[in-house]
Amino acid sequence: MRMNAEAGAASDSDLVRLARAGDFGAFEQLVERHERAVYSLARRMLQSEQDAEDITQQTFISALQHLRDFREEGAFGGWLMRIATHAALKVLRRRRIAPMTSLEAATEPEEGYEGISRPEYIADWSQSPEALAQRHETRRLIEEALANLDEKHRLVFVLRDVEGLSVRETAEALGLSEANVKVRLLRARLQLREQLTRAFGDPTRRIARDPNHSHD
Amino acid sequence: MKCQDLLKLLNDYVDGTVDPAVCAEFEKHMAGCNPCQVVVDNIRGAITLYKNGQPYELPLPFRERLHATLRECWKQPPPAQD
Repeated sequence: MRMNAEAGAASDSDLVRLARAGDFGAFEQLVERHERAVYSLARRMLQSEQDAEDITQQTFISALQHLRDFREEGAFGGWLMRIATHAALKVLRRRRIAPMTSLEAATEPEEGYEGISRPEYIADWSQSPEALAQRHETRRLIEEALANLDEKHRLVFVLRDVEGLSVRETAEALGLSEANVKVRLLRARLQLREQLTRAFGDPTRRIARDPNHSHD
Repeated sequence: MKCQDLLKLLNDYVDGTVDPAVCAEFEKHMAGCNPCQVVVDNIRGAITLYKNGQPYELPLPFRERLHATLRECWKQPPPAQD
């Protein structure tokens, strides 16, 4: 039996096997392990506490009911995240049924690279991302920055960079072309970079970019 | 290659999916352009920060409700296969 680094802790696959054999305690351990990740994903995608709770509950009920469909070669966490992503996308589609915003993703013109704003505030960060991640304040700041993005940019960033979907998978999930996913991802990354560098950049190491600077 | 050209290639460079010849050009530019180098570092840092986080705790009342609901569901017979 494969063990986790934590002494004596059963692996997810062990717990899935036990749960399938009828052990609710094993299933509950799986829920405890993954509930924060599922809830965080839903909060980030939907920007609503209530909707995130609904999605989290739906995800685990669905996992409970379909435990026998889970293929053991995949990661259990990944399977849960896919269930949660699809459920969250359904909520987003339902929200768009409201007039004015119907089928926004499908009818909106493709975004191009024109008008992408160049980086303005350029500075090395005062600490490494690993050190920053230890600070409580960082958590609030990065979630605020994410919330400031347009939904269309935020979704692409969350699916591609946080959840690790490929460009093609992100395009399929959102009903967009791959080219459009790439442009949206670039905008999201640049906007987050700008906001986070204003928060974490070391002002003494700020670099002024020469407007005429170019290398040929 | 100019700074503006780098912008379009930024995603592919950060994701490691850029064509090797273009990648060499990109790196040649960065070697002589500190701002572009810092921008690439910043973007990598931003992605790392979001990737590693499970930022939200479940509100306690919700967590209790969730576990109670799941315990109830567990007792019910599984739904028929679609």
